[in-house]
Amino acid sequence: MRLAVNGSPVEAPAAPGQCLRSFLREHEHFEVKKGCDTGDCGACSVLVDGTPVHSCVFPAFRAEDTDVTTAAGLGLPGTLAPVQQRFVDAGGFQCGFCTPGMVITASTLTEHDHDDLPRLLKGNLCRCTGYRSIADAIRGTHTPADGSACAPVGTPVDAPAATLGRVIRTGKVGTSLRAPASERIVSGQEPYTLDVAVPGLTHLSVLRSPHAHARIRSIDTREADALPGVHAVLSHADSPATLYSTGRHEDRLDDPDDTLVFDRVLRFRGQRVAAVVADTVAIAEAACRLISVEYELLPAVFDPAEALLPGAALVHGDKNAAESRLADPGRNLVAELHGEYGDLEAGLVEATRLVTGDWQTQRVAHTQLETHATIGWLEDDRLVLRTSSQVPFLVHREICRLFDLDPAGVRVFTARVGGGFGGKQEILTEDVVTLAVLKTGRPVQYEFSRTDELTAAPLRHPMRVKVTLGATDEGRLTALKVGVLSDTGAYGNHGPGVMFHGTSESVSLYSVPNKRVDAQSVYTNNLPSGAFRGYGLGQVIFGIESAVDDLARDLGMNPFDLRRLNCVGPTDPLVVTQVEGDDLIFGSYGLDQCLDLAQAALARGNGVAAPDGPEWQIGEGMATAMIATMPPRGHFAHASVTLEPTGRYTVRVGTAEFGNGTTTVHAQLAATALVIDPGLIDILHSDTDASGYDTGAYGSAGVVVAGKAVLRAATLLAEKLRAGTAGPAPVSAEADEYGARRSVAFNVQAFRVAVSTLTGEVRILQSIQAADAGVVMNPDQCRGQIEGGVAQAIGSSLFEEVILDGVGRVTTSVLRNYHIPLLADLPVTEVYFAETTDALGPLGAKSMSESPYNPVAPALANAVRDAIGIRPYELPMSRDRIWRLMHPGA
Amino acid sequence: MDLNTVLTVSSARSRDDLAALGPTVVPLAGGSDLFGEPQTHLTGLVDLQTLGWEPLTVTADGLDIAATCTIAELSRLPEAIGLAAHPLFFQCAAALYGSFKIWNVATVGGNLCASLPAGPMTALAGALDGEVLLWRADGSDERLRAVDFVTGNQANRLEPGDVLRSIFLPGSTLVSRTAFRRIALSPLGRSGTLLIGRADADGGFVLTVTAGTVHPVQLRYDSAPSASALARDIAAIDSWFTDAHGAADWRRAVSGVLGEEIRAELAQGQSNPGYSWEDARDEVRA
Repeated sequence: MRLAVNGSPVEAPAAPGQCLRSFLREHEHFEVKKGCDTGDCGACSVLVDGTPVHSCVFPAFRAEDTDVTTAAGLGLPGTLAPVQQRFVDAGGFQCGFCTPGMVITASTLTEHDHDDLPRLLKGNLCRCTGYRSIADAIRGTHTPADGSACAPVGTPVDAPAATLGRVIRTGKVGTSLRAPASERIVSGQEPYTLDVAVPGLTHLSVLRSPHAHARIRSIDTREADALPGVHAVLSHADSPATLYSTGRHEDRLDDPDDTLVFDRVLRFRGQRVAAVVADTVAIAEAACRLISVEYELLPAVFDPAEALLPGAALVHGDKNAAESRLADPGRNLVAELHGEYGDLEAGLVEATRLVTGDWQTQRVAHTQLETHATIGWLEDDRLVLRTSSQVPFLVHREICRLFDLDPAGVRVFTARVGGGFGGKQEILTEDVVTLAVLKTGRPVQYEFSRTDELTAAPLRHPMRVKVTLGATDEGRLTALKVGVLSDTGAYGNHGPGVMFHGTSESVSLYSVPNKRVDAQSVYTNNLPSGAFRGYGLGQVIFGIESAVDDLARDLGMNPFDLRRLNCVGPTDPLVVTQVEGDDLIFGSYGLDQCLDLAQAALARGNGVAAPDGPEWQIGEGMATAMIATMPPRGHFAHASVTLEPTGRYTVRVGTAEFGNGTTTVHAQLAATALVIDPGLIDILHSDTDASGYDTGAYGSAGVVVAGKAVLRAATLLAEKLRAGTAGPAPVSAEADEYGARRSVAFNVQAFRVAVSTLTGEVRILQSIQAADAGVVMNPDQCRGQIEGGVAQAIGSSLFEEVILDGVGRVTTSVLRNYHIPLLADLPVTEVYFAETTDALGPLGAKSMSESPYNPVAPALANAVRDAIGIRPYELPMSRDRIWRLMHPGA
Repeated sequence: MDLNTVLTVSSARSRDDLAALGPTVVPLAGGSDLFGEPQTHLTGLVDLQTLGWEPLTVTADGLDIAATCTIAELSRLPEAIGLAAHPLFFQCAAALYGSFKIWNVATVGGNLCASLPAGPMTALAGALDGEVLLWRADGSDERLRAVDFVTGNQANRLEPGDVLRSIFLPGSTLVSRTAFRRIALSPLGRSGTLLIGRADADGGFVLTVTAGTVHPVQLRYDSAPSASALARDIAAIDSWFTDAHGAADWRRAVSGVLGEEIRAELAQGQSNPGYSWEDARDEVRA
C-alpha cells in the first residue's frame, strides 16, 4: 500500500492483521511507541489525515492513501512546533516515553479544550510526572509549586517562602536546567531500547506456564523446530545449571540463588517453559503454540500464612538452604528478622495508652511505560546487550557468571530507559536473550508485552503489617512492636532486601526506648514480588503511620505534635532493633521544617470547597517518612570528565537515565564545578564499554552517589585546568564514590479530603508534600519527582491492585483492568522544600526519588479515617472498600 | 496489536460477501476492540466499513444508526428542538472507557457486539427502547429489542456468521426527557454502574441499568415510581457482578443511590413541552 508519513511517501505491503503502530515502526518511525498495544495508554498516538488515533488498534491497511503524522512530523529539534516547545519549557515529561503520543494528542487541542483536559487526556497515560507539568505544557501556563492559581509562563509569581518561586535556568545547581534530551524527546527522536534498526534481527517469544506449580514431564518441540523461519527452540535442556536471582544488587549475595533460565519445575503461572527464536514475532508465537508439554501437577500454596504451616506445599523444597541463601526452604521461609531493643514487655507495661492494628497492602505493578526489552547480538565475537535496565553493570556481571563468559567479551548498555520504579533492577530478558544469541549467533530481540508486565514481571510485595504502640498519657512512646509477613511469591528476588529495608527507617524514625520487629519473607506459588519504589518502606510505613495517627486520636493530640514529640532528632541514635551502623548519620535534618511547612499549608487551606450535600464528610490527615539517602553496604560509582580538543566536555558515568533526571543534574554539577555552560557537556552513561562502573540507578543513588563522583571528577579537572599544567586537550580527571556513609531524608504528606458516605468516593481537596531534599539541585525537576511520587502513591492508595483469583492467576492482565492514575484522578500537589544542607551529598544535596511515595498512603488513610470515623486497614482504598467500611453487612 | 494469525482481510461490498464469515473469520468494524486483545483463534477478517452504510439516517419513525457509525459521529449528532434525549449521545460516548481518539474509530455496533457490561452504546440503545437488526448467516433478518441483545458478560445473540446491521432508535423515545448517572472506581474509569432514566410523554418511566449487571436490566413503570418502589426494584435485581471495576454489593448499593437521583431529577423537570418526533426530525435532518 501507499501512504505518506510526515509528508514522505511510503510504499510497502501491510500484513493482513497488522496494526498501524507496528507498520510505522517497521519503517523506522521509532517515535511511535508501544506502551500497551491495547489502545489504552496513547503512547502510539498518531494523526491519520489529521484525526488522532491510537495506532496500535488501527488496522494498518486502513492507512492506505492517507497522510500519517507522528510526533516527528510536528517538528524536529531546532524546528519544534509550539506545542512541543511548551512541553520542553514546562518540563512536561520525565522518562519521556509517553511524550510523542502526548504531544500528538495535545496538537489537536485548542484553547477551547483546556477546561476539558481530564476527559481529553484519559487516553494518554504518564507514569512519571503526575500530569501537572503536562497540563501546564498544554495550557501554556506555569502552576506555582504552592499550587495556587495558574499564571502564564514568564509571569513572576509571588510564592510563599520555601516554595520554588520563579523558574530560573542558568544551568548551575539550584536552577531548573531543562533535561538535555528535551528537544529530542518531544519530537520522538530520543532512542529508547528498541528504537534501533538491527540488520538480520530475529525475535524471541516465550511459552509461559499455565500452572501454578508443576513439573515438566516431557516437552516435544519437533513441530515448532520444523516451522519455517524458526532458528531455535529453547527449554530446560538448554539452560545453564547455574542458579541465580533475577534481582540484582551490588553484593550478589543479597538475593537468594533460586532461579534458572529455564527450570523443569514451574512455580507460578507465567513462568517460562520454553522460548522460540524466529524471523518474526508471528512465527515465534506460532511455534510456541506448537510446543507440546506434558505437566505433572504439584500441590501449590497461595497464602503466605498458610505457606509457613507444617505440611504446606514447598515452593523450593528442592533447594539447599546454604547454597541458595534461604532461611528455611522446608518452611517456605526466604528470610526473617527477629530482634528487640530495650524491653518491649516493660515498655508495654509502662504504657497507659495502647494502639494496635493489622494492615494489608496489595500487589502494585510498576507500569513503567516502556516494557522490559533487550536486543542482543554478537560483534567481533563479543556479546552485546542493549537493554532496558536500571543496572547494566550488575546485569553484565551476572550474565558473565551465569554463562561463564569473559567479562571483557561482554558489553551491556542502555539507551534512555522508559521508566523503571525498581522494576528494572531485575534480569528478566537479558538471560534468555543471551542464551538465544549464543545458541543461534543471530541478533535477537525480546520485548515484554504489557500483559507480561502485569502477569509475570515482579510486582510490589504485598505485606501484612501488625503494629502495636504503647505510650504515656503525655504521648511519649514507650513501646513499638512491628510484625511483617511479606509474600515474595515464587522466587526470592529482593525478598530479603525489601523485608529488611521495609522495617528499617520506618521504625528508626521513632525514638522509642523499647522496640521489637518480627518479619518474615515467604515463598508462595503466586507471581514473584520484587523491588518497587520505596523498597518495602511504603508498606510498613502505611501500618506504623496509621497506628501513630490512632494514638494521636486516642490522646486527643495533634498528629504533627505527636511526631514532634516522638520522632528522632538530629542527635538521637537511629535504632531498628539495635543502633544502626556508623555508616548512617544525620548529614542534615529537615523533619522539623517539613512538619511546620505541611502543617502551615494545611492550616492555610487552598480554597477548594467540598462538594455540596450532607453525604460528604471532610477530613484531614498526615504522615511522615524517613529514608536513607542510599542503599547500605556500598553503592559504587566511577566518573570521569574530559575536556575534548573540540572545546566540549564529556562526562562518563555509569548510572542509567530512566526519567529520574540524573543526566540533567550531572550536567549541572559539572557545569558548576567547571564554571561552564552546561550546553558544552556531553554525557555518556550506562554503558559497560564507555562509562565508568556504577552499581546502578536504584536506591535513589543517581545524585548522591553517581552525582558525587561526577562533581569530584569535574572539580579535579577544573583544578588541573586552572593550574595550567594539564597540557593540550584532551584533559581528563576521574573520581570514585563508594557510598560509604549515608544520610537521611524526610518527607511529610498531608491531605484534606471529602468522602461520600453514599458511594465511598474519596475526593482529594488538598494535597501537600514537604520534602527535605538538602540543597535542591534542580527545583523544577525535583518538584517533578515529588509530584510523580505522590501521583504513583495516590494510584496505590486509591485505585491500583493486581488481582489474583486465589490460585495464582492474575485477572487484571491489561491496563484497562489495572487502573493507573489519569490526569482526571489527581490533584495538583503543593510542594515545599525544607532548607537544609547535607554534609554528605554533592553540594549539600540529598536523594529525592523514592521517598515522596512513602508517606502518601497513610496520610490519605488518616484523612479518610478523620472524615468517616472508621479506619481503613486495607489498600487500595477503592470506592467499594470504603463504602463497605461504612455499610458493613449491607 | 498485530493479529498475527489473521491471514486474510476481505472487503465486503455486498451482503453476499459476508458469506466468508464463520467461527474463525469475523467482521471488522473500527477495530479498536478486535485489535485490542489477542485473537489467536482468528484466521480472517471481513471489513464492514467498505459496505458504505450511511452512518445516521433520520426516518419517519426515528433514527437509524448503522452498526459501522463511529462513536465520534454519533456524539456529534446536532441538537434539535424537541430532541430531549439528545444529551445522552454525548454522555454515553463520554462513558466509553476509550479516549476521544478511540471514538474516532470505534463503532456503535462494535460496542454492542463486544457486549461488555460497561458498553455505553448498549446502555444508550437499551435506554431508548432501541431495536437491533441482525443479518443472520442464513440470509434472514431478525429484529430484537436492544435491551435483549446482550445476554451476559461478553455474550450476545449473534451466532458465527451473523452481523449486526443497525440500531434503530424510535422517535417516540428520542423526544423523551432522560437522566443519566454513572459511577466508576475512579472519576473516568470503566463504568461500575450506569443508569439511564426516561420520562415518556405518556407518563411512563423507564430505568435501564447496565455496567453493574452482566446484561442490561430494565425497570418499566406506567408512571413515575415512588422512591421506595424504585429502591426495592433496584435492590431486587439479581445480576450484579464483581470484577476489577467494582464489587457486586457496591454496585447494587450505588445503583440504588443513582437510581433515586434519576427519579428525583426527572420528577423535578418540566413535563414534556409536547414536541413530537415529527417536530424534531426535520431539524435533525437539517
